[in-house]
Amino acid sequence: MNDMKLQLKIWRQRSAEEKGHFETYSVQASEHMSFLEMLDVLNEQLIGKKEEPVVFEHDCREGICGACSMVINGQPHGPNGGTTTCQLHMRSFKSGDTITIEPFRAVGFPVIKDLAVDRSAFDRIIQSGGYISVNTGQAPDGNSIPIEKGEASKAFDAAACIGCGACVAACPNGSAMLFTSAKVSHLGLLPQGQVEHEARVQNMVAQMDKEGFGMCSNTGACEAECPKDISIENIARLNRNYMASMFSSDK
Amino acid sequence: MSSINLDSKTPQGELAEKWTQYKGSMNLVAPNNKRRIDVIVVGTGLAGASAAATLGELGYNVKVFTFHDSPRRAHSIAAQGGINAAKNYQNDGDSVWRLFYDTIKGGDYRSREANVHRLAEASRDIIDQCVAQGVPFAREYGGLLANRSFGGVQVSRTFYARGQTGQQLLIGAYQALARQANTGKCTIYNRHEMLDVVKIDGKARGIIARNLLTGEIERHSAHCVVLATGGYGNVFYLSTNAMGSNVSAGWRAVRKGALMANPCFTQIHPTCIPVSGDYQSKLTLMSESLRNDGRVWVPKSKEDAEAIRKGTKKGNDIAEEDRDYYLERRYPAFGNLVPRDVASRAAKVACDEGNGVAPTGLAVFLDFASAIERYGKAEAFSQGNANPSAGQIRTLGEKVVEQKYGNLFEMYEKITGENPYKNPMKIYPAVHYTMGGLWVDYNLETNVPGLFALGEANFSDHGANRLGASALMQGLADGYFVIPYTIGQFLSKEIRTPQIANDSPEFMKAEQEVKERLDKVMNIKGNQSVESFHRRLGKIMWEYCGMSRNAEGLKKGQKMIQELRKEFYSDVFVPGNKDEFNPELEKALRVADFLELGEVMMVDALDRNESCGGHFREEYVTEDGEAKRNDADYTYVSAWEWTDNDEIKLHKEELKFENVELKTRSYK
Ligand SMILES: Cc1cc2nc3c(=O)[nH]c(=O)nc-3n(C[C@H](O)[C@H](O)[C@H](O)COP(=O)(O)OP(=O)(O)OC[C@H]3O[C@@H](n4cnc5c(N)ncnc54)[C@H](O)[C@@H]3O)c2cc1C
Ligand code: SF4
Ligand code: FES
Repeated sequence: MNDMKLQLKIWRQRSAEEKGHFETYSVQASEHMSFLEMLDVLNEQLIGKKEEPVVFEHDCREGICGACSMVINGQPHGPNGGTTTCQLHMRSFKSGDTITIEPFRAVGFPVIKDLAVDRSAFDRIIQSGGYISVNTGQAPDGNSIPIEKGEASKAFDAAACIGCGACVAACPNGSAMLFTSAKVSHLGLLPQGQVEHEARVQNMVAQMDKEGFGMCSNTGACEAECPKDISIENIARLNRNYMASMFSSDK
Repeated sequence: MSSINLDSKTPQGELAEKWTQYKGSMNLVAPNNKRRIDVIVVGTGLAGASAAATLGELGYNVKVFTFHDSPRRAHSIAAQGGINAAKNYQNDGDSVWRLFYDTIKGGDYRSREANVHRLAEASRDIIDQCVAQGVPFAREYGGLLANRSFGGVQVSRTFYARGQTGQQLLIGAYQALARQANTGKCTIYNRHEMLDVVKIDGKARGIIARNLLTGEIERHSAHCVVLATGGYGNVFYLSTNAMGSNVSAGWRAVRKGALMANPCFTQIHPTCIPVSGDYQSKLTLMSESLRNDGRVWVPKSKEDAEAIRKGTKKGNDIAEEDRDYYLERRYPAFGNLVPRDVASRAAKVACDEGNGVAPTGLAVFLDFASAIERYGKAEAFSQGNANPSAGQIRTLGEKVVEQKYGNLFEMYEKITGENPYKNPMKIYPAVHYTMGGLWVDYNLETNVPGLFALGEANFSDHGANRLGASALMQGLADGYFVIPYTIGQFLSKEIRTPQIANDSPEFMKAEQEVKERLDKVMNIKGNQSVESFHRRLGKIMWEYCGMSRNAEGLKKGQKMIQELRKEFYSDVFVPGNKDEFNPELEKALRVADFLELGEVMMVDALDRNESCGGHFREEYVTEDGEAKRNDADYTYVSAWEWTDNDEIKLHKEELKFENVELKTRSYK
């Protein structure tokens, strides 16, 4: 069954402080395995030799939690469009391939160990304003706010972001615009999100800058690598919202 | 510890009035006092995030812990199909009573009436709250909220957000929590794993947590502790749960005197992608919503099944009259929408009889061809085409199915490499959810004062089988609408208690014990990986405590687990150090706890000499092969104690049914 022979070039780095380097490993896999199951096989092999396994992040293994984060042959989440690393299967590779695996690299995402990076900056961006201020128990009946199906669907498309950070890793400037704009669009496209819309835009953009994410220069690399097909239109929308909020805010 | 009194603290009064009256008569904590009270919430799934945010809004100082790198990654994110609520927006006869009744019946009469009724009441407020937060639920053309049906019920009360309902609900709760973090009322400790509960004078006053990045052991104190740490399905190794889901928080509470209730009540979900190889790390659910439109079948003849297994025939080659739509045949009233336990067992029976359709023999078909045709015809008609060709019907029908289930179909294709629009899906049951959990009373408080349990981590509402779309409902009911009130019953007596010090002898001792536990597993330095032990445990659990169980097997399973545990403590190998980011060490501690829980599950299943819900004992079956409940002897909650000298001891809470009549559950 395990008839694929692969060479893996994997980034190993003990901690943020220490320097990292590539190590090469060989592993036998089957085309039915997921990419992460192939790494499990490698790790079991390493543990069997009393060596340290490769640290990588993962949890749901079905493309929804956003934990898995690695750059495979130069692409965040690997070669397939609209696919997270955990959904990638070995049938996308062939026996004899050499696969290079690195962590997401960006100023806003310091490396923790091997392939794991610190993405807590995303939490802080949300904390700065990515919500609607409604206490539990204050809500009116759900059907008292009709929302046109198409609008609801557009808000949903933006809300589908899984917070994985591939957009940042793909961006030559390490910008977090796609992530931030997706949240601003999700809430801003809904009637419930209007009241705080301008303050939200201002605060989230300010926090994003504070976290050291780069400027957006519209290369579109983020959209191309986003596993949830979050559209770059959200960035254009955020830019318009931001300009509008600059003019109208009296702060 | 022999005199544990399991008082459910169910309030007096009429069922429908209990919760309202109780809320109105509860002790309150004044705002100026709330400011002085600290609460620890462990877990940031639907239950934990909603509880933490709401307690923060009320003014408590909340410390929130999660082993994830962000609260948003809790396992709740993966829930697909939907959330129930008795809104009756469809005008199809739904009501709080009906949701209550369906849940009690669905749970095979092994849950507490008053808790379930409260859940049904709260369900309506949840939808309102989530809409206000910006959760993008599915809508009709008129802009109002849409619904669909789930198994075990005959109304349409499930609210959904495409196939990502859990994600959207969790993001709503996560954002509410983020807002409280921004105000400073909630402090979030990401990448912190709780490794013990600390008790002072019998009350839960804090936790010991490990900072997963540095390995540092930390002592955190509070006036009370809330566990919302999810389910333990991963004791089976292969399950639909996220890889990190584990029992340790709850299990550590048990080791500090809390009780584990109905641990053997496991939900095996009928529609999952079948196991295909040994390397497999987890199983993937195909949402129950698919059973709205998918028809389940196997070939009538063993020869056809054999040919499909060998690959010489495909599902589509089998003529209509040679197919056995066994759910429609056996359960005409509910058909493909029978509850999960019933559907899973029926699939097992079909495969055990030799009619399975995957190379392993363990799969049945879930077929959308009829739905595609039906939708295609309707769509063509509404486009003014009264005489569409078969090809047109297919194309139009596939489009409708794609709109409804597109992301699930895509997920299926990514994993199996097969196109489910063209060939029927292959599915098989897999471990999915655990109805069992920490024993709690009506206040969601365990038998340890000041220790609460919410969401999948408690046992409270689903009896022996959970209905689809009811876990999200329960998690959010517990967090948004129950605990914010009931926690006051404990805290109102604590307003004079000063801040709890974290350097008392109790804290120091607990810290020391945790450190010793870490050293113990690190120092074994054996030859087998943690993963290999987990896999073996999973196999034992599935074989002897899975879809069907018998006394002999359970005894054997118990013994095997004891032996495996011994082997673990003499031969496990944990690489790396304890003072650094070390996922293998995290896993080792979790598997160690699973190795104890697994044994209690066997003991529980052995004690319960009846078949009910997800618990199917081969010795207790009706003539037509259905589960045979024994109400005279087993209408109780089994709450298990793990004593100081490692004995497993049963305590019972008798269940009283005052509003529904115990009937044989029939979906025929
Ligand atoms: C694939 C799938 C689909 C599902 N679909 C549906 C559906 O459509 N409808 C439905 O109603 N239900 C569904 N369910 C069930 C439902 O998702 C879960 O029961 C529910 O989300 C559990 O929520 P929770 O808040 O109790 O726990 P979880 O979401 O599991 O959260 C647990 C939290 O506790 C933390 N934690 C655990 N232990 C520790 C520790 N020791 N220290 C620190 N933190 C800890 C974790 O980090 C996490 O934050 C589905 C389940 C699965 C597996
Ligand atoms: S926008 Fe896309 S790439 Fe960026 S975090 Fe969200 S899902 Fe990931
Ligand atoms: S592991 Fe959850 S998205 Fe990949």
